Amino acid sequence: MRESVEKKVLSENDRLAAELRQRYRAQNILCVNFISSPGSGKTALLEKTLGSFAPGTSVAVLTGDLQTDNDARRLMRYGFPVRQIVTGGTCHLDARMVERHLNELGFRGPGLLLVENVGNLVCPSSYDLGEAAKIVLLSVTEGEDKPLKYPGIFHRASLMILTKTDLLPHVEFDPNLALENARKIHPEIEYLALSSRTGEGFDKWLAWLSTLQQKIRQEAPAAII
Amino acid sequence: MHEIGIASSIIESIEAEARRRPGAHFTAVGVRIGELSNVDRDALAFAFEALTRKTPLEHLRLEVEWCLRRQKCHACGEEFVVKELELTCPKCGETRGTCIGGTELDIVYLELEEPCEKA
Repeated sequence: MRESVEKKVLSENDRLAAELRQRYRAQNILCVNFISSPGSGKTALLEKTLGSFAPGTSVAVLTGDLQTDNDARRLMRYGFPVRQIVTGGTCHLDARMVERHLNELGFRGPGLLLVENVGNLVCPSSYDLGEAAKIVLLSVTEGEDKPLKYPGIFHRASLMILTKTDLLPHVEFDPNLALENARKIHPEIEYLALSSRTGEGFDKWLAWLSTLQQKIRQEAPAAII
Repeated sequence: MHEIGIASSIIESIEAEARRRPGAHFTAVGVRIGELSNVDRDALAFAFEALTRKTPLEHLRLEVEWCLRRQKCHACGEEFVVKELELTCPKCGETRGTCIGGTELDIVYLELEEPCEKA
């Protein structure tokens, strides 16, 4: 006897992610999820981003790794709440891990929640964390064909950031070709290029974040009286 | 290699179903997997087999329906399979469209034998 089931394999994660999304909306939190290969510059981008915020800005970071709290220690220097999620071998963050660490962090909106996923272009793309946007990073020391090799994440990301642009004179990397490849997979993907070392392109990145934050604020439900 | 996690989620769903139907014997589970889901069929089959070995689900067959990326044209509404990353509508030439398939990661059906009622 065959019985129809019709449910998502990751329905439990999707349920928790929907709860997180609701919580972000209620508290006016913009959550973004950074995904890239190991070594593409996620932590460096976050360091430079945190460094640009005035003290007292409402921002928190969750950073995922298989082992060590090295990234959290790097990020804590900026004075904002940071929590390391050690997955102990799991190759991605899931909604349950985010929920637990967010509770432990005690972060409440309104504000910005930056989630640095485990360095991996495959698995993190399957797990919804309730974020408003997935952001995929590609560094100029990688290949321009990464979007073609890992279409899943480029298909799901709202924004692609080309990192380490200060190295462009030293490597054979064609940014236009990389973008062309990404848009073959996802024609509407937004694109920014920057260097976390020199700060080149950072104004546009911060403007992108601020625009999205304003949009979230406008869509937020009216305050409960 | 998150196929182990995916296989675990499938098994958890079957176990939940098994608790609802005491005595039922499950013979197969059907899943739908899209080419953009980042799940490798062979790795999933391997993980599923490894995780069910020496458990009550040991002989459960995993039946995979593989789904290609599909697009719906914004101009004429044509629905087509995307071959070699070609997003242009084969009917009218429009390049804008919406992805309507290829990201599936669903449990579709279960095959089971219910216990015979005692006469």
